[in-house]
Amino acid sequence: MAVETTTRAKLRWGLLDVLVVVFALIPVLWIASLSFKTPATLTDGKFFPREWTLDNYKTIFETDQFVRALINSIGIALIATLVAVVLGAMAAYAISRLDFPGKGLLVGVSLLIAMFPQVSLVSPLFEIERQLGLFDTWPGLILPYITFALPLAIYTLSAFFKQIPWDLEKAAKMDGATQAQAFRRVIAPLAAPGLFTTAILVFIFCWNDFLFAISLTSTERSRTVPAALSFFTGASQFEDPTGAICAAAVVITVPIILFVLFFQRRIVSGLTSGAVKG
Amino acid sequence: MADIVLDKVSKSFPDGTVAVQDVDLEIADGEFVILVGPSGCGKSTTLNMIAGLEDISSGELRIAGQRVNDKAPRDRDIAMVFQSYALYPNMTVRENMAFPLRLAKLDKETINAKVDEAAKVLELTSLLDRKPANLSGGQRQRVAMGRAIVRQPKAFLMDEPLSNLDAKLRVQMRTVVSRLQKQLGTTTVYVTHDQTEAMTLGDRVVIMRGGAVQQVGPPQELYDHPRNLFVAGFIGSPSMNFLHAAVQDGSLRTALGDVPLGDRVRRELEAADAPRELILGIRPEHFEDAELIDDDTRRRGLEFDAPVEIVESMGSDKYVYFTVEGERASAAELEELAADAGSADFAGAGGNLVTRLSAESPVAEGQSRRVWFNLEKIHLFDPGTGRNLTLHEGRAAGALAD
Amino acid sequence: MTLPATPTDTAPEKSSASASVPTQRGSRRTAPLSENKKAERKLGWLLCAPAALVMVAVTAYPIIYSVWLSLQRYDLRFPDQREFIGLENYVTVLTNEFWWTAFGVTALITVVTVAVELVLGMGLALIMHRTLVGRGIVRTSALIPYGIVTVVAAFSWRYAWTPGTGYLADLFSDGAPLTERASSLAIIMLAEIWKTTPFMALLLMAGLALVPEDLLKAASTDGATAWQRFTKVMLPVMKPAILVALLFRTLDAFRVFDNIFVLTAGGNETSSVSMLAYNNLIRGLNLGIGSTMSVLIFITVAIIAFVFVKLFGTAAPGSDDGERR
Ligand SMILES: Nc1ncnc2c1ncn2[C@@H]1O[C@H](COP(=O)(O)OP(=O)(O)O)[C@@H](O)[C@H]1O
Ligand SMILES: [Mg+2]
Repeated sequence: MAVETTTRAKLRWGLLDVLVVVFALIPVLWIASLSFKTPATLTDGKFFPREWTLDNYKTIFETDQFVRALINSIGIALIATLVAVVLGAMAAYAISRLDFPGKGLLVGVSLLIAMFPQVSLVSPLFEIERQLGLFDTWPGLILPYITFALPLAIYTLSAFFKQIPWDLEKAAKMDGATQAQAFRRVIAPLAAPGLFTTAILVFIFCWNDFLFAISLTSTERSRTVPAALSFFTGASQFEDPTGAICAAAVVITVPIILFVLFFQRRIVSGLTSGAVKG
Repeated sequence: MADIVLDKVSKSFPDGTVAVQDVDLEIADGEFVILVGPSGCGKSTTLNMIAGLEDISSGELRIAGQRVNDKAPRDRDIAMVFQSYALYPNMTVRENMAFPLRLAKLDKETINAKVDEAAKVLELTSLLDRKPANLSGGQRQRVAMGRAIVRQPKAFLMDEPLSNLDAKLRVQMRTVVSRLQKQLGTTTVYVTHDQTEAMTLGDRVVIMRGGAVQQVGPPQELYDHPRNLFVAGFIGSPSMNFLHAAVQDGSLRTALGDVPLGDRVRRELEAADAPRELILGIRPEHFEDAELIDDDTRRRGLEFDAPVEIVESMGSDKYVYFTVEGERASAAELEELAADAGSADFAGAGGNLVTRLSAESPVAEGQSRRVWFNLEKIHLFDPGTGRNLTLHEGRAAGALAD
Repeated sequence: MTLPATPTDTAPEKSSASASVPTQRGSRRTAPLSENKKAERKLGWLLCAPAALVMVAVTAYPIIYSVWLSLQRYDLRFPDQREFIGLENYVTVLTNEFWWTAFGVTALITVVTVAVELVLGMGLALIMHRTLVGRGIVRTSALIPYGIVTVVAAFSWRYAWTPGTGYLADLFSDGAPLTERASSLAIIMLAEIWKTTPFMALLLMAGLALVPEDLLKAASTDGATAWQRFTKVMLPVMKPAILVALLFRTLDAFRVFDNIFVLTAGGNETSSVSMLAYNNLIRGLNLGIGSTMSVLIFITVAIIAFVFVKLFGTAAPGSDDGERR
C-alpha cells in the first residue's frame, strides 16, 4: 500500500509541478517566440513561430538606441549594486555584530524605505535632480537605486551575517591571528556567499526598475532598456516595432534566466532568510 | 607554561550588567582549575578576560608574572577550546590544526610533524583530510582539542568543552581531557556547569555565583566543608537535603526529630544577632537503614521513621525518597539552585528527603522505614547570609562538635 | 528593554540576605564606558553612516521638499505663475474625479491581487516546500516571474492579448480586450499576480520552514486530516510570516505602475494613483499637483502600514531589537 500511495503521491505532485512550470514559463516563451518570428508571421496569432529568424536581434544591435540603453542598464545596475552591497555590508555588519545606540532606528528607517511608494519620490527628485544637474545622468538613476536597494541589502546581509559562527573570529584570535588575519582567512570566506547572493538580488532589483528610469531620464544618454522599450521603433520609422521590442526584452531577460538557473538555491535562501527573523 | 593570577578582576558590561566582581584567584603553573557555577554566573566572562577576548573593567591579570590586561589574545600565548568547537568550516581537520602554526610562521615540515603528532595523541590521524561538517560531535571535539595542544601554549582555556556531547561520550572525553592535561602538564582553566565534571577533573574547583567567587578548593574540601549554603547545595549528587530547623532550648527542632547541639555550635547560636531559624543540611549518603548499622555507629547519629515514597535501586546502592512533614527550608540560594537544576531533580526544595542507603536494605515503597543519619555530617546554615555555622577554621564537624 | 529589579533595588530590609551577592544588573548604569565599548559604538556609527546618509538624503529630504512643492502652484509650463497657495492643490486633487477613479482602481487591484496571491502563493509555497519530485525545477521556474523585468512581462501579456498577434486574443469574443475597462483591469491584475505570486510564495515558504515536522506528525497521529493540519497547525505557526508577506505585498501592490503603463497606458480609466501622479508630473509637468498626489500616496501607504502593525500586530522583520549576536 505504501508503495502505491507514494507513486500516486508522486504523480500528483508531478502534475502540480508541471502546472507551476507551465504557468511560470508561458509568458517568457511567448515573448521569445515573438522575437524569432518573421514580420510576415508576426501577426498569425500562433504560439510558436512557423518561420524562424534572427533579424529582430540584428536590427536592435544595429541601432544605437538599444545598444546605448543596454550599456546604460548594465553600467547603472552594476555600479548601484556594487555601492549598495558595500554600504549594505558595512551597515549589516554593524547591525549584526556591534552594539551601539541608534541601531534600532537604522533598521526602522530601512524598513520604512522598503515600503516607501517610489512614485512619491518621483516629483521631488525630478525637480531636485534638475537643479543639481543630475537629471538624465547615470548618477541620477544610481542614487535612487542605491537607496531602494539598501534595505534589501541590509536585511539579507544581516540575516547572513547572523548565521556566521562569529566564535570563529575569537578562535582565530586565540590561534594567534590579528584582527585583519581573522577577517581575511576565516570570516571573509564564510561571508562571501552571502555577499554574492545579495549582489544578485540587488542587481535584479536595479535591472528591473522602470518608474525612475522613465521619470528621471529624457534622452538616450542614460535611458535604460526597460524605459527605452516603449520608445522603440523598428528598423524604419514606419515598421511595426513589435519584433524589435520582443528581441530587446529577451536580451534583458537572459541575465535573469542565467542567475535563476545557476543560483536558484542562493536566491531562494537569500529571499527567505531576510523574511523571517534571525 | 605559566601561572595565572587574577587580582580583584571585575567586568561590567555597558548595559550595566556586572558579570564578574572582584575575583581573586591564583592558578599555579601546571595546575588544573575548574570554574563552576550555574548558567550566567560569569564563568565564560572570566575565561574570556583571561583569554583577552573581553577587556577587563578593573583589576589586574598576570600571566607568568606579567601584567597582560592590555595584551591582545595572540600575544598571550594561550589556547582555547570553545563550547561550539569553533572549527573553521572551510578548512580540513589538518588545516584547522595547522592554522595556529601557520600564523606563527613555522615551516611546513615542522607544522606537518606537529599536526601528525597531535593527531596521533587524539586518534585523529585517519580524519585529517575531512572537513568539520563530516565529523561526529566527539570527533569535532577532539579536533578542537588538537588545535589547542598543537602549538604547546602557556595555558589552555576550555569553555564547557564537553557540554555538546551526549552523556556517554562526555564521560569518555572527560578521561581524555584529564589524561592529556596530566601528560602535558599545562596550566588549564576549565569552565563547566556540570558539578560531576568539576569534582572529577580538576586539582582545584572555583565555585562562582552571580559573578563572585564563593569558595575555592580541592573537590573533596568543597564537598566536606562547604563555606555556605550555595556551595553545599551545588556540590554533590544527588544534592544535599535542606530542612527547616528552629533553635529551641539548646537543641534544634527539625522534621527528623530534635537534634542535640554541641558546645561550639550552641555558643555560636547564643550570640545576640544569631538567627533563631536555621537550615539544616545533610547529604543523601549520610543516611542509612537503621537495621544495617552497628551500635557504635548508631551512637553518632539519630533515627527517625518516615514513609517511603520511591525506591530507585542503582545496584550498588539504593536511592530512597521519603516524605517528611514540616516547614520547607527557604533561602534565596536554594531557589537559585532549584532554578539551575530545573527543580525537578532538586529534592532540597521539595518536601521530599533523598537518601542513599545500602543495597542490602529491604526497604519497599509504601512502607514506613526507620532511618539513621550521621550527626557529625550535618551542616547548619544561616538562612539570611547562607553562612555555614558549623564551620570552624574552615572545617565542618557537624552539630555535636565541642 | 526593562531590567528585572534585584532584591536590593526594591527591598532594603532584605539587604542582609543579598549582601554577599553582588547586584547583577541595574546598578552601575553610570559606569564609564570602557575604551573598547566606546570604540565599538564609534565603529558602529561609522559603518552605518554611509548607508544611513544615502537613504535619508534620497528619501527624507525629497519627501519634505515634496510637501513644500505640494503647497505651491507650480506648473513647469507656466513657471512665472509659481506661488504659495496653501492647501489649494489638495482641494483640487481630492475633489477631482480622476483621482478618486484612480484611487478606486488602485484599491481594487491591491485587494484582488493580494487576496489571490495569498491563496496561490500558499499553494505554490506548499508545492515548493513539500513536493516529492522536481523541487529544484519548480523553484527555478517560480523564480523566473520574480526575476524577470516587469516591463518585459507586461509586453508579453500585451502582445498575448493584442488582436491578430496574440494567442489569447480570441478568448474574448469581441476581440480587443485591452480596449475595454473591465477586461483591461482583469489583464492588469493577471499580469501582477503572475509576476508577484512567487515572491509571496517565497515569503510564505520561509514561514512554512518554521513549522516543526514533528508537530505535523503529532497532529496526524492525533487524527487530524490534512486540512486540519493545515488550518490548525501550520497556519497559526505561520501567522507572523503571513502578516509580513501581506504587508509587503499590499504596499507593493499599491505602487502598481509598470504593468499599467505598458498594458493600457492608463487608458479607459485604468490609471492607478502612481500612474496618475506620473502623468501629471512628467507628461503634464505640473509639479504642484504631482507632488500633492505623491504626498497623498505616501500618507495612504503610511496608514496601511500603521493598520497592519497596530491592528494585526505584524512584527516588522528585523525589529528584534533586544537580540544580540
Ligand atoms: N556582551 C554582554 N553584554 C551584557 N551582558 C553580558 C554580555 N555577555 C554576558 N553578559 C551577562 O553577564 C553574565 C555572565 O555571563 P557568562 O559569563 O556568559 O555566564 P556563564 O558563562 O557563567 O553562563 C550574564 O548575566 C550575562 O547575561
Ligand atoms: Mg558560558
